[in-house]
Amino acid sequence: MGEGARGKVGPNRFFSGLKKTRQAITERISAILGRGGALDDETLERLEEALILADVGALAAPKIIEELKKSQSEADPQRALANIIAQRFKPPEEAKALTSGPRVILIVGVNGSGKTTTIAKLAQRTIASGGKVMMAAADTFRAAACEQLEIWALRVGAQLIRQKSGSDPAAVAFDAVKAAMARDFDLVLIDTAGRLQTKTNLMEELKKIKRVIGKAMPDAPHEILLVMDATTGQNGLSQIELFNDAVGLSGIVMTKLDGTAKGGVLVAAAEKYGIPIKYVGLGEKADDLIDFDAQAFAEALVGVNE
Amino acid sequence: MFEQITDKLDGIFKKLTGRGYLSEKNIQEAGREIRMALLEADVNYKVVKNFVAEIEKKAIGQEVTKSITPGQQLIKIIHDEMVNLLGGTRSDMAISSTPPTVIILAGLQGSGKTTLAGKLALYLRKKGHHPLLVAADIHRPAAKKQLQLLAESIQIPFYTAEAGAPDIARGAIAQARENLFDLVIIDTAGRLQIDDALMIELADVKKAVSAHETLFVADAMTGQEALNVASEFHRRIGLTGAVLTKMDGDARGGAAMSLKAALGIPIKFIGTGEKPADVEEFHPARISSRILGMGDIVSFVEKAQEVIDLAEAEKLEKKLLKETFTFEDFLAQLKQIKKMGPLQNLLEMLPGVGKQLKGVTVDENGMARVEAIINSMTRQERTHPSIIDGSRRRRIAAGSGTSVQHVNMLLKQFASMQKMIKQFSRLSLPKGFPS
Repeated sequence: MGEGARGKVGPNRFFSGLKKTRQAITERISAILGRGGALDDETLERLEEALILADVGALAAPKIIEELKKSQSEADPQRALANIIAQRFKPPEEAKALTSGPRVILIVGVNGSGKTTTIAKLAQRTIASGGKVMMAAADTFRAAACEQLEIWALRVGAQLIRQKSGSDPAAVAFDAVKAAMARDFDLVLIDTAGRLQTKTNLMEELKKIKRVIGKAMPDAPHEILLVMDATTGQNGLSQIELFNDAVGLSGIVMTKLDGTAKGGVLVAAAEKYGIPIKYVGLGEKADDLIDFDAQAFAEALVGVNE
Repeated sequence: MFEQITDKLDGIFKKLTGRGYLSEKNIQEAGREIRMALLEADVNYKVVKNFVAEIEKKAIGQEVTKSITPGQQLIKIIHDEMVNLLGGTRSDMAISSTPPTVIILAGLQGSGKTTLAGKLALYLRKKGHHPLLVAADIHRPAAKKQLQLLAESIQIPFYTAEAGAPDIARGAIAQARENLFDLVIIDTAGRLQIDDALMIELADVKKAVSAHETLFVADAMTGQEALNVASEFHRRIGLTGAVLTKMDGDARGGAAMSLKAALGIPIKFIGTGEKPADVEEFHPARISSRILGMGDIVSFVEKAQEVIDLAEAEKLEKKLLKETFTFEDFLAQLKQIKKMGPLQNLLEMLPGVGKQLKGVTVDENGMARVEAIINSMTRQERTHPSIIDGSRRRRIAAGSGTSVQHVNMLLKQFASMQKMIKQFSRLSLPKGFPS
């Protein structure tokens, strides 16, 4: 799977981080499958219920159960279910190496999804391996959003470009990219204001930010990540679809998976949109961000033993 | 806000309305589709199960099959049941007879507590209270600063301290007593319900101030987990109500149904935008109507009443009757409409409009353009548009940054509007109509 190569954290961290996620549903699914019976209709129905309760959705859950039924994996139904779920995820493409200049990542998402904290965590990863990180406080709308990012920048040792509240977010992003190019930085992380995906004018603003970044540096932004809260239900599908329509997403970051929420909407989204899940957030500290691992996620979801 | 679920139920009822009778099979089919729609709206699985069973039980009985329009009857049953489930009549804020009334806002990270704190303060001040906003989120970077800036922008007194959350809360009460604030709104840090240390902190805050309202702030986009989270908060600190935030997006807010039905926690408010004024009282019947595609005409009228100056309206009415409606009046009207908030939000409240509006955006710029054009007219031109000739048109277009075509269009529209008004005012009411 190559998880050891990508991050410092191996699958064990993933498992322990997802402990709470795993517990509830594992207990449920183990209880269902542990009754010793075959995959009869009642068992399958209860599995479907468990998946729906994990936010997999009333459309995707029956499809998965149908596949499980067809697979006739009476011997180890749990593992079979995990495999079926894991197969739905597209493996993340290896990031293309840049020939020169900083890598620019634009962070987008709805209000309160955890964008600013995710930026701190992404910065921490690069700084830990000796890279120089520039943050752009392009959330010029929400009160004290700049201050929040500033505190994180100080904590993790990143540079911050900011302007006064209410200024043009695209200009902030432009300045940050230009400054990072001039001063030979490795990574630029652009924080944007939270916006609901149905607000057309705010989505237009996001398109503009992307466009203007491209003017500061051709090919940039190199990545556009959607940050999504793990408690998000079926609205997550609409978030992925509309943000993707507006600016084209290169990946998804799922935050707050250290709670009891299971993030099952990712399962529904994986097949429908094929946008890779890049990272998951497992806490409020700067190093609580780990690479997404579909197999580990699926196994945690259905409770296969480590 | 509930467009998609409304679409789905509409789909079901298209099949049902106009039929002579409903078989058990019809009702079960409708039940399956309602189940699907509600699950897609993130209503908790168990709540959906009970709800659908209840509907089927009621519908399969004689009520529907013997009624003349079974489709209508079924809609009524679902509507009533949904209102029932959402909490019957609306539930007001508890205001203490011995001030200050203390309100604590609690919830997960990112649910919108701080923004809501500002909104509630503004809302309660409009109701004649003197609120104090208190920042007791000592964990998130710059959280206190956020509330402070928010408080300044709406000119509401603000309090915080370099102390633990319970001590901040205590200090706030003392501050409120001293300065005669009758309401204290305490913003707390977002926390996971399984974070024991932080849940203890929250319980301590509540103990320190004996809160009258402990409101659970939930994101409308929350999925199945909403119920687990709320029930744990309820168990640890005792909730008196909930607020559903971010209802201005396309989230269907199924959590509203789950919280009330499974835990008995009433939804008291909904957050409907990013501005401090964007908060509304939660009315079960209205939201339910919205789910069923009946529109929310009551909210619309209320919103209008809030901002439209009655004296102005009367003056306008007189003008209309006297057929002297001018561009000046038109401009005044435009300003009142603008005060009601974004047009898009307003239109969505109207029956049947929400659905047709899906994917359509109202051109708010259009209104700004019209305003600019009128503003570029002289007083004489506004009262006597007929004098606006070619050269005046060019001047107005240049002055308003528009084109002559835009000016022409507005003049044409205005002329037809005046004609319509004339026709209206000539209509006399039929006999026997109360005037």
